[in-house]
Amino acid sequence: MSAAPVETAAATRQINDDLLRPLLNTSWRFWALVAVLGGGVLMGFCAWLYQLYHGIGVWGIAWPVFWAFGITNFVFWIGISHAGTLISAILRLVDAGWRRPVTRCAEAITAFALMIGAVFPIIHLGRPWLAFWLFPYPSERGIWPNFRSPLAWDFFAINTYLTGSLLFLFLPMIPDFALVRDKTTGWRRRVYGVLSLGWEGTPRQWHRLESAMGIMAVAIIPVAVSVHTIVSFDFSMSPTPMWHSTMFGPYFVAGAIFSGIAALIIAMAALRKFLHLEAYLQPIHFENLGKLLLTMSLLWGYFVFAERLTTWYGNDVAEITVLNVTQRGSFAPLYWTMVVCNLVVPFTILSIGRLRTITGCVIASFGVVVGMWLERFLIIVPSLGHKFLPYSFGEYRPTPVEIMLLVATFCAMMLLYVLFAKLVPIISIWELKAGGYHAIEAARLPETPLANVNL
Amino acid sequence: MKAVYALYDDPNAALRAVNGLRAAGIADRDIAVMTADPIEGHALMAREAHTWMPWVAACGAVVGLVLAVGMLLWGELAWRLDTGGMPVVAWWPNLIIMFELTMLSAILTTVGTLFVTAGIPSRREKLYDAEIADGKILVGVKDPPDTSIASLQQALLAGGGRVKRV
Repeated sequence: MSAAPVETAAATRQINDDLLRPLLNTSWRFWALVAVLGGGVLMGFCAWLYQLYHGIGVWGIAWPVFWAFGITNFVFWIGISHAGTLISAILRLVDAGWRRPVTRCAEAITAFALMIGAVFPIIHLGRPWLAFWLFPYPSERGIWPNFRSPLAWDFFAINTYLTGSLLFLFLPMIPDFALVRDKTTGWRRRVYGVLSLGWEGTPRQWHRLESAMGIMAVAIIPVAVSVHTIVSFDFSMSPTPMWHSTMFGPYFVAGAIFSGIAALIIAMAALRKFLHLEAYLQPIHFENLGKLLLTMSLLWGYFVFAERLTTWYGNDVAEITVLNVTQRGSFAPLYWTMVVCNLVVPFTILSIGRLRTITGCVIASFGVVVGMWLERFLIIVPSLGHKFLPYSFGEYRPTPVEIMLLVATFCAMMLLYVLFAKLVPIISIWELKAGGYHAIEAARLPETPLANVNL
Repeated sequence: MKAVYALYDDPNAALRAVNGLRAAGIADRDIAVMTADPIEGHALMAREAHTWMPWVAACGAVVGLVLAVGMLLWGELAWRLDTGGMPVVAWWPNLIIMFELTMLSAILTTVGTLFVTAGIPSRREKLYDAEIADGKILVGVKDPPDTSIASLQQALLAGGGRVKRV
């Protein structure tokens, strides 16, 4: 489709206006939302200070269940982080045209979820001021980190992924920072002028940026896969019932992508609604992501079935004990809620084309987020509470401090996202234009329904 | 800095202006083109497309791998830890750290190469017009000889642009 230059210019201005509006106009609702979410984060911070003062005994963890909510949150948020960079990198490599409005929304999720997830091993130390003991440096104490420890692997994997993801997020923002610099005045012009690094938009700069994004997309995909594989190694390297499994790596990666897509759909729906981005985040984007979510739901179900069948067939006493306690014992309500949320709800909604609407995708995604948090919890706690000998069995009950920390993580994620959407164009403006969206917008001027435009 | 340039709505018009400047004897390296988006696949953007960046990134990856192996061997042999009967230098777990540092080095090298070859960050005085943000395409010549300004304006006007001087 081609559009006349005058129409294209008008459409370009329209895109600029639509996507810069959230940066330039601030309503009271924004401040109210920031206040509520900030309050949630503050609550979590106070709970953490309380834990620091009284010791980690204020958590419900006790022998033999020393990992519970804290590590569940860690695994869950690292999993959520797989939405962005991985999906964005894959869609960039296959040059999927519909990715353009989606990539930045997704990449931001990765950056913030990783930050939140990476905090939990430090919180879990109980004495976070000793966190530097995890860092790989030689010292007179002789505590050179043991490179054979999965926790040392975590350090390298998470930091590599965080660094790569932040750069993968930042690089395509440079031309948009230049755009904001040119369209604003005062302090905004100065701040965005610095952030734009003197970007001009010469052919050389565009070619180099696109080359760099292509190379980083290739590099970041195996890193993303490795990160959650290594998180799974935290468990599978241990001879604990139902942990010591060769399938944990791919199982965790599939689960991470699954929960990540769900988080992305929820975030996109919220952005669409509150920032009035209906023209950019269209039903087709939700439908495509909904199909991906359905695929991952089925893949997740396949992994769970394979894991359960192998355990049941092997009939090892310790493993069968864990299997039974999750399916028929005290953890059964959580287990079957997880199955309903992760498999029944997404499959029912997303396999029927008529229900694969924005609302349908969001409902399924909320189910998946809840279900995947439960899945992480059910991997960790029942196994630790039911090791090989009955005398070592134990129970776990979360305390209010842990629940407050959990709630605070969700508040922190939303707060960071809201602030990001306030400071940065949440949809990559130059990528939209490069994808011919100005032609689409121009076509929309004489009231062409967007659904008829081939993206 | 002085410059003569024009703004165009259409990449085809901008390309005509570039060709006009070439015909006026201006070398490609002296013709400035600036756009708000990459205008993928258009002849206007065809120049300077070749880059060694993938090879530089690969070299960065190799450097990262060598550094990782060096760090692991040095650390494990200097601070010998006997863990679970595993050898002091255990290659299976070492492979994980080698992989991560290889990829990290490739990523950092790529970003470094981007910054160097794209000339960012930069605070030098530039030829620029804020109308580029509205979709206009800038074609111009920086620091032209005074004697050629008239012919350059002619070439830019022939492309159908709105000529400006700074």
